[in-house]
Amino acid sequence: MNEPILKVENLKKHFPIYGGVLKKTVGYVKALDGVSFEVKKGETLSLVGESGCGKSTTGRTLLRLIEPTEGSVFFEGEDLLALNDEQMRMKRRDLQIVFQDPYASLNPRHTIQKILEEPLIVHKLGNSEKRREKVFQLLETVGLHKEQAKRYPHQFSGGQRQRIGIARALTLNPKLIVADEPVSALDVSIQAQVLNLMEDLQEQFNLTYIFISHDLSVVRHISDRVGVMYLGNLVELSNKNEIYEQPLHPYTQALLSAVPEPDPDIKRERIILTGDVPSPANPPHGCKFHTRCKYKMDICEKKNPNFIDVGNGHFVACHLHQHDR
Amino acid sequence: MSQIQHQTVINQMKMKERVDSPWMDMWRRLRKQKLAMIGGFIILFFILLAFSAPLLTSYSYKAVELPSRFLPPFSEGHFLGTDDLGRDLFTRIIYGAQISLRVGFLAVIGSVIIGTFLGLLAGYYGKWVDMLISRIFDIMLAFPSILLAIAIVTILGRSLTNALIAIAIVNIPTYGRLVRSKVLTLKEEEFIIAAKAVGMKDSRIIYNHLLPNSMTPIIVQGTLGIATAIIETAALGFLGLGAEPPIPEWGTMLADSKDYIQLAPWTVIFPGVSIMLVVLGFNLFGDGLRDALDPKMKL
Repeated sequence: MNEPILKVENLKKHFPIYGGVLKKTVGYVKALDGVSFEVKKGETLSLVGESGCGKSTTGRTLLRLIEPTEGSVFFEGEDLLALNDEQMRMKRRDLQIVFQDPYASLNPRHTIQKILEEPLIVHKLGNSEKRREKVFQLLETVGLHKEQAKRYPHQFSGGQRQRIGIARALTLNPKLIVADEPVSALDVSIQAQVLNLMEDLQEQFNLTYIFISHDLSVVRHISDRVGVMYLGNLVELSNKNEIYEQPLHPYTQALLSAVPEPDPDIKRERIILTGDVPSPANPPHGCKFHTRCKYKMDICEKKNPNFIDVGNGHFVACHLHQHDR
Repeated sequence: MSQIQHQTVINQMKMKERVDSPWMDMWRRLRKQKLAMIGGFIILFFILLAFSAPLLTSYSYKAVELPSRFLPPFSEGHFLGTDDLGRDLFTRIIYGAQISLRVGFLAVIGSVIIGTFLGLLAGYYGKWVDMLISRIFDIMLAFPSILLAIAIVTILGRSLTNALIAIAIVNIPTYGRLVRSKVLTLKEEEFIIAAKAVGMKDSRIIYNHLLPNSMTPIIVQGTLGIATAIIETAALGFLGLGAEPPIPEWGTMLADSKDYIQLAPWTVIFPGVSIMLVVLGFNLFGDGLRDALDPKMKL
């Protein structure tokens, strides 16, 4: 349980901005600006943050669906970024992804049978008989009927399609699944079904999840640990209870105060952030959050705080907590 | 009332039972397009004429029979009359249908295959591959297509085959660009990223995922393209760069009989009307296909 299955070090992704007549590079969008974290075997690590903070880019970059600019990703001790294309292709059996939009993530011209068995064909696993069995078994695992295998994606509802997406991710018996906002496009009632399914599968297949979401209630339900991202950086990372009960970073505090409470009588302080998220093409100097932070000190404008452990594996990047070291 | 409800329930059940592939779906929507079906029938009519040509006529399309030249339509034994060399016009028209349809289909198939291949490469790999292929397309499109075709035939020499090759080459960029733009949008789709995440090779992604999903616009454009190819064949024939006499290519027939337009107008009218009908048929069918397949593309 405690050994890290995935270790991300200083991961960066800078997308070039082209401008001018000659399409020269005039700058970079720093979608990911040095993210480091570890994922332990069998846990669920959630990445949260507002739109454009780089959480999806993190997920895709560590799977090398987007090539990172800098940094390293160690999966079971092996540097994924050092692998060549063919080695990476084989490695993908262990690393899978579930997408946000169940309407876009399945090929509309393939039957479910074809969608689910294709990963097996690609990795030359089993014969057609065994593959068919595996597909039926997968469908049953995610709560669909094997008769539905010969249907096309448009004949399913959003929730059913998301189950198919999960089934596809499971086809190759992966060890780590990146779930990129897997329930954001679903109705609340269906969200619960899919989340419970994901939890059951985690137990059954000993999966490790990196769960990307902007929905803090969903994250609270499913995670073991939570990482909070802001403008391409992790600002806080700790286990779930500590994040939700004792958030240290001012941004996390603001974010959590926005979670709706079911009880209308509870009086709580709502922290409203002023200003917009700065452009990731031209982030502020020093701590990137200082433009919106109510605890802003002089040092915040000058020096970017280190992302340090303040005890019990609670990481935070904020000058308020740097002296704890 | 309850009868109607019952009926709807049964219909809904039938709907659910039917596992419709995208192709079946397309056919069902196409059938509802009246104009497309008319176009389809015109095409079918000419295809049948072309295939059964030897059965429909006992004349040869090249047998010269000078005594019976310039016979008007509905003359005995000559349903559409004869031309300046006494050849049966009906025979020449239906053999001409064979040629036009064959050239139309083959030219389009040729340009679709090459254009699609180049378009897939340009769209999927981007960067310098795209740069190279797209610029070649731009250069080809900078010439009026018929001029480019004339240039190519002039280089290769006059013959029907060379006209076909020229028309195929000239139309490559149309399909190439179409496929490229389709691939550019498709490759950002999550199911393509999913294919990559599963560890598929590029060739498999291109062949199994990108190609089938870019087929719709190609089919529509290809159908319309057959009409264009037939017109271009006729144009080359008319300019004396296509089929060599006595091959009864419609454009060549027009050119041969244009001097007799006052003396024997039917020798010009029938090949001209044939070209028009076939082209109309393909255009109607192609437009209908577009409406049936891709309502968003409607202009």
